[in-house]
Amino acid sequence: MTTLATTPAGPQARARRAGPRPRRRDGLRPWLYLLPAAAVLLPLLGYPIYMLGLLSVFDYRQAQVSGGEPTTFVGFGNYATLLGDQRFWSVLGQTVAFAAALVVATLAVGATLAVVLSRAGRVPRLLLSLAAMAAWAAPAMTGSTVWMFLFDADLGLVNQVLGIEGFNWFYDRWVAFGVVGATVVWHSFPFVMVTLYAGIQAVPASVIEAAALDGASAWQSFWKVLVPILRPLITIVVIQSIIWDFKIFTQIYVMTNGGGIAGQNSVLNVYAYQTAFGSSEYGLGSAIGMVMTLILLAVTLLYIRALHRRGESL
Amino acid sequence: MKRVKILKSYAAGLALLTLAACAPSTAPSSAGGDDRTGTVRVWLFDEPNRAPKEKVVAEAVKEFTAAHPDVKVEVSYIPTSPARHEKFKGAFNDPASAPDVAEYGNTDLAEYAAAGGFADLGADVGAWAEGKEIGADLLKSATAGGKLYGVPWYIGVRALYYRTDVFAELGLEPPATLEELATTARAVREKKPDLYGIAVGGEYTFGALPFVWDAGGDIEKLDGPESRKGVKAYTDLLSDDVCPPQACAALTGGKTVELFASGKAAMGILGNFSRSAVDAGPAAGKYAVVPLPGSTAGTPAPAFAGGNNLGVMRSSGHRTLAVQFVQLLAGKTYQVKMYEAMGNLPTLTSARQELAAKDPFLKPFLDTVAAGTRFVPVDPAWVKIDNQKVIPTMLQKVATGQATVEQATTEAAAAVNAAFGRS
Repeated sequence: MTTLATTPAGPQARARRAGPRPRRRDGLRPWLYLLPAAAVLLPLLGYPIYMLGLLSVFDYRQAQVSGGEPTTFVGFGNYATLLGDQRFWSVLGQTVAFAAALVVATLAVGATLAVVLSRAGRVPRLLLSLAAMAAWAAPAMTGSTVWMFLFDADLGLVNQVLGIEGFNWFYDRWVAFGVVGATVVWHSFPFVMVTLYAGIQAVPASVIEAAALDGASAWQSFWKVLVPILRPLITIVVIQSIIWDFKIFTQIYVMTNGGGIAGQNSVLNVYAYQTAFGSSEYGLGSAIGMVMTLILLAVTLLYIRALHRRGESL
Repeated sequence: MKRVKILKSYAAGLALLTLAACAPSTAPSSAGGDDRTGTVRVWLFDEPNRAPKEKVVAEAVKEFTAAHPDVKVEVSYIPTSPARHEKFKGAFNDPASAPDVAEYGNTDLAEYAAAGGFADLGADVGAWAEGKEIGADLLKSATAGGKLYGVPWYIGVRALYYRTDVFAELGLEPPATLEELATTARAVREKKPDLYGIAVGGEYTFGALPFVWDAGGDIEKLDGPESRKGVKAYTDLLSDDVCPPQACAALTGGKTVELFASGKAAMGILGNFSRSAVDAGPAAGKYAVVPLPGSTAGTPAPAFAGGNNLGVMRSSGHRTLAVQFVQLLAGKTYQVKMYEAMGNLPTLTSARQELAAKDPFLKPFLDTVAAGTRFVPVDPAWVKIDNQKVIPTMLQKVATGQATVEQATTEAAAAVNAAFGRS
């Protein structure tokens, strides 16, 4: 959003010197280029968000949907209910912590394998790429189910190999989060790996060579040379990961059967779904959706702003 | 400051706009019609072993279409999982995709009635000869707000299944009180560590409620001392010396049936409808059934009177035909056939008496019914309580040691109150 606002500033500043007429045309031009994309994105994005916001200010439950009771406007009543609900806060905290751990883990795994990929020989590179592509291509539902079978208490491969038949991986909150987290990382590291690998390939070999000649170790040249060059890419990958991991749904819903024992593994998206569609509190569920949207928007804006402050751009 | 102002005026504008023009949509309230030809669409519940049910229903359809040559009957089977709520809500919201006749669980009745999804069948059942045989307590499980929203089709009652071979080997008697049940379960697991003393589950609401009801508690006062006693008695079974929480805390009622049927548990709280599932497993022929005992010998713990009703959708375009089909399927002939196929207890007294005389298996279940059954609150709040897993969460928190009985029941009682809108 910020980029949209700042980009036209450049041409405008230049145009001011040239007189009022070209300024107007030049000011419009970027918007003109944006028009086709906006024509598609705005309705696709705007309408659902508008409906979400609309539903969140109404007392809108099953009885209202099917016409049994009149729909009433409750203003921010749903939000007040939500903010006063202790369970919401605990689920929110859990979601943030889980998402943060996932982002770090996905990035660590993805970046490590990207470096490995750029240094490996042809055959290992091919094998690694194929394995990553397979993980990437697996639908979240299928992947979760397969992992769930792998970790099944009685018949799972993992328990049979480890010789601990009967151990329930989804009993303890943290162990369950660990297994689900591993599944999520498995699903999402290929994107990070491929993106960073492409970035590494684009770094001129001479730069790395120069670093090596100056006596930099592999570790140093990764942190001091590669990472700064790849920063714009890493930013995109981080933001993407935050967004994906914050709104994680399928893996939790499938693997812990909708939030685990006593709801201990619930995350915000599952909670919103269960509130909206399980308890038929469509209004309240929409309010949770709105809160999630706002949080994600804030995270993205903050990150982009922080980048601009440092004088870098995407 | 300026920003806040703009935001405020924007919000006010938005609110005005939405109020004026576009409040979220509501389904058209069509009252339906009364076509005498065409296709009557029927939704029935899918069952773990559907084939026998399908066969009986196909017979009924054949009989019905023979009497009405211009009519076709289209039967679809819908899942009993929580996804059924979505199916029904979809049907209420969009009459075009709704069936004419639908089978539904009697615990869901209040929610569906509040949504205005089903037609009032009071007059139709009143004028139906066989319908007079349905007992008043059963009609109550199809009544909400004084209106009858369906015909009780069958009921299901749970009792205590136990393994006769294991009990004989260890010299045990079937328990006569709940206390004996716990000691018997412990004795079994102590001597046969590969068996669970009794298959109980943290998500098995209708296995736990009899313990609560027997102690004098109720869903609407879970934090009372009686309810707490019942919750403690049930969750004490979810322990390493009976049914380890590692394995049992996440079990649903259906999973406990699997455990007992696969021969991994010495006892189980199973319904009369689970008979075919047990007979299909290794425990077949090695079990017997007694009523689930209460705290005093001779008085069974109050069982939950679950069951399914057949209703006619309010939006149905074939009202008369739909009612006729319901009366055929819920009539004595097909109730008896359904019992023979699926083990579903008939709601018609004459059908029940006829079967009891023929089949001694039914005795413990009928004894349980005779001792008095209980039902969940007929209120939309129940669907909420059920969907929010209030009772399973309470049981699981105690079983896993995340909370004490006091904490968990207090929390659950608060959630129940909130669902009723009492907070």
